[in-house]
Amino acid sequence: MSIIDRPTSTGPRHGALGTSPTRPDGVAKVQGTFEFSSDISADGCLFGATLRSPYPHARIVSIDLSAAWKIDGVQAIVTAEDVPGQLTYGLISQDQPVFASDVVRYVGEPVAALAADDPEVARRALDAIEVTYELLPALLDPELAINGQFDPIHPDGNVIRYQRIVHGDTDATGEIVVEGTYEIGMQDQAFLGLEAALAIPDPGGKGIEMHVATQWLHEDRKQIAACLGFKEEDVRLVLGGVGGAFGAREDISLQVHCSLLALRLGRPVRMAYSRAESFLGHVHRHPATIWMRHHANADGSIVKIESRMVFDGGAYASTSSAVLINAITLAQGPYRCANAVVDGWAVRTNHLPCGAMRGFGAVQACFAYESQMDKLAIACGVGPLDIRLLNAMTTGDVLITGQPVLNVAPVEECLRETDALPLPDEPVGGHARTDGSVDAMKLPGGAGRTADARDIVRGIGWGVSIKNLMYSESFDDYATARCRIESGPDGPTVFLKFATAEVGQGFVTLAPQIARSVLGIDRVELDQIDTQVGSAGSTSASRQTWMSGGAVNAACELVRSLIFEHVAAVYGCSAVDLFIDHTDVVDPTTGRRFDVAEACADVSFDETAVYRHPETSEIDENGQGNCHTAFAFVAHRAVVDVDPELGLVKVVQIATAQDVGVALNPLSVMGQIEGGIAQGLGMAVMEEIIQVDGVIRNGNFTDYLLPTFLDMPPVVATLIEQPDPLAPLGAKGVGEPPCISSTPAIVAAIRDALAQAGIDAPLNRVPVRPGDICL
Amino acid sequence: MSNEIFTLHVNGEARPVRDSWLGENLLDVLRDRLGLMGSKGACEQGECGSCSVLVDGHLVCSCLVMAASAVGQQVVTIEGVAPVGTPSDVQQAFVDAGAVQCGFCTPGLIMAVHDLLGRTPDPDDTEIREELAGNICRCTGYGRIIDAVQQVALARRADRSGS
Repeated sequence: MSIIDRPTSTGPRHGALGTSPTRPDGVAKVQGTFEFSSDISADGCLFGATLRSPYPHARIVSIDLSAAWKIDGVQAIVTAEDVPGQLTYGLISQDQPVFASDVVRYVGEPVAALAADDPEVARRALDAIEVTYELLPALLDPELAINGQFDPIHPDGNVIRYQRIVHGDTDATGEIVVEGTYEIGMQDQAFLGLEAALAIPDPGGKGIEMHVATQWLHEDRKQIAACLGFKEEDVRLVLGGVGGAFGAREDISLQVHCSLLALRLGRPVRMAYSRAESFLGHVHRHPATIWMRHHANADGSIVKIESRMVFDGGAYASTSSAVLINAITLAQGPYRCANAVVDGWAVRTNHLPCGAMRGFGAVQACFAYESQMDKLAIACGVGPLDIRLLNAMTTGDVLITGQPVLNVAPVEECLRETDALPLPDEPVGGHARTDGSVDAMKLPGGAGRTADARDIVRGIGWGVSIKNLMYSESFDDYATARCRIESGPDGPTVFLKFATAEVGQGFVTLAPQIARSVLGIDRVELDQIDTQVGSAGSTSASRQTWMSGGAVNAACELVRSLIFEHVAAVYGCSAVDLFIDHTDVVDPTTGRRFDVAEACADVSFDETAVYRHPETSEIDENGQGNCHTAFAFVAHRAVVDVDPELGLVKVVQIATAQDVGVALNPLSVMGQIEGGIAQGLGMAVMEEIIQVDGVIRNGNFTDYLLPTFLDMPPVVATLIEQPDPLAPLGAKGVGEPPCISSTPAIVAAIRDALAQAGIDAPLNRVPVRPGDICL
Repeated sequence: MSNEIFTLHVNGEARPVRDSWLGENLLDVLRDRLGLMGSKGACEQGECGSCSVLVDGHLVCSCLVMAASAVGQQVVTIEGVAPVGTPSDVQQAFVDAGAVQCGFCTPGLIMAVHDLLGRTPDPDDTEIREELAGNICRCTGYGRIIDAVQQVALARRADRSGS
């Protein structure tokens, strides 16, 4: 180790925090060599398939496997009788059977699984299983679950959770009162990489290894182990390449079924869902009905909100109780509100089970409160931006739960910066082509070429939102990371180990950035993502930058302190004074600099850290308590072109300013913003799972419409960078906010366009369908 | 199931296909019979473009093509675009522009973008969007992908004018 002569650096070095290095898995992904969970196989592996209920509610009278067993190539069939451990699983309460044995409660509920030599044989064999059902009346109206007029469809009852919020003066009233009832349809996460896993039993069948695409390896392991009757350490999970998640991989899908088959056979078993099966095999965004009434002073300042929220959780609880709490506790939106009465129900029905999807309850509440804000603006005779600026909350304001917002809360900045972004220069109906004709692709309806440019009306709408980050209600939320340094002939390498599920969001890019910034070492390698290290918690709730980022940061800081001690011992300086500047260790008392790589030439360090956010509390019977960890904010402004006669909509531009704390990787942040807005756009005008009598009618990509290149407009964005002192890296999670208020902004813009055309359409339901506009 | 062999020409090589059943689609044959796992299946009905390959120079959804019907035709998959470790200009632009998140749609999009730029070297925004509208990406919202396409078009234009 030697003293070097280098000036103090300015600006971040490439690859460190604040820059946008490319993804470490990027080249493999563009070349098709990245291994997704659906690409993983093993020698001698068999193919699993799942038999599902065709009925929303029915009693199983008998299951006859004899014909299926006669099919050549069928190796194993398992039903509820073959579950050795706990018979049910679930994220918060374990209320969902591994296989239905007495009653099926939704169309698509697993009844049996089998393994065969070939996937086609497996599918054929499913058809040969004869299940006799006795049909039961289906509970499809959430109000019947609330009012007790329907017999319980599950031993846990038809109400998954009821929670009330009572805050401030419940008799308070204002001169202006606006109200409405809003409906949010069931959205699908529609990740492209279908559910898939490979289960490899240990010799002797005392344990199992599973490669699976999931959001939370350790939670999966806990649930799998319980159902298999194994100790958790006998179940090892490895993250299979994840083709998107968006909440749909937080719950168990095929994990236990695949494991049971592999253990039964003592051979590896693969399972992979089709798209149709995927629509049945994972939870969806809750459909909700929200009544809301705002009381305000004549100037538009909010006095009180009242709301009644009903979330249809479908047949099993999943995360319904937590989704509900997000919705009701964020009912005021990012606005000051001193008084509130909110009643919320999450109920059980015989619909598809619902659970986590990006935005997690905040999405449904936001469509209601933002629709209300526009009504309030009209009633007060002020503009949509002004009503939001007037009521914008800031740091220190108290939520209707009594919880103060301690994070930076730049709601006003989000609004003003969004307003400062340029409106699209695209004329209504698009620029004329060189021959003077209209470019039909720019018109609503696009390739259908049905809209007449003269009929098109342009509208502008606003949406602003608040989102809680991390887990709430006293959950012990933590993340673990390990950092070690090994030196080699080419200098030291940092190895990071964590169980953080990389689902596409880019934690595998961020983690090395953190290590480079903290340690001053450029070469960083990532170990396999698996359960051979402590839990990282879920890749959800916009939490991994904060939580796993916090853990990686803490582990690297532990190693850094050892490096400092080593340097201090060699040079006789004080370890506590040293700091890292780019790739140097600096002793500020003498101005001496040492190259970090050289300092680590002969040493190796290995430290593991656990990061926990401050504890949250439960809420009481009046919904009061500091139940959330942190908050993030965003504003959206949508510009749309509408053909009022045909009910067609083209979103022309989305402008947004988002409260990100610090942009640790600006390019990744932009990717989250654009991707989230695309899902918000889908919720606004395209995406809905349709169920008729409990049967899904559009469980495929032909009938379930997803935004394409032609549907998604340009996004102009400003990042509001106010480092959050409560966040370990100053950065807030950025994944969920983009998809929350983009939806009401687009709907508000449609309403604005229609108002200009003299049409008063309430558009109180998303997705907005053509008929909602023109009929 | 049949043991008859037919031969596909994939990425310039003759590849005998065994154990396929008549009617098996090209995507499944590429993946399950020939071990070419780069093409992805996400919808199985030609809506998402994740399985895009070239058959005799035409961009197709391989999930909609009967494998046996591709006998005698030249099939190019993502594995045939560029050698491993040496990405094409389009592939590198996707990485650099932040056009990749989960990456499941990416191989199909790479095929579609090569096809687009081969036919339309200077696409405008509408052409890019219309040509690629058969490829669904759920992560990115498409903005960075369009950026990548424009960067490649720009670089190729500079190459052309420089030569």
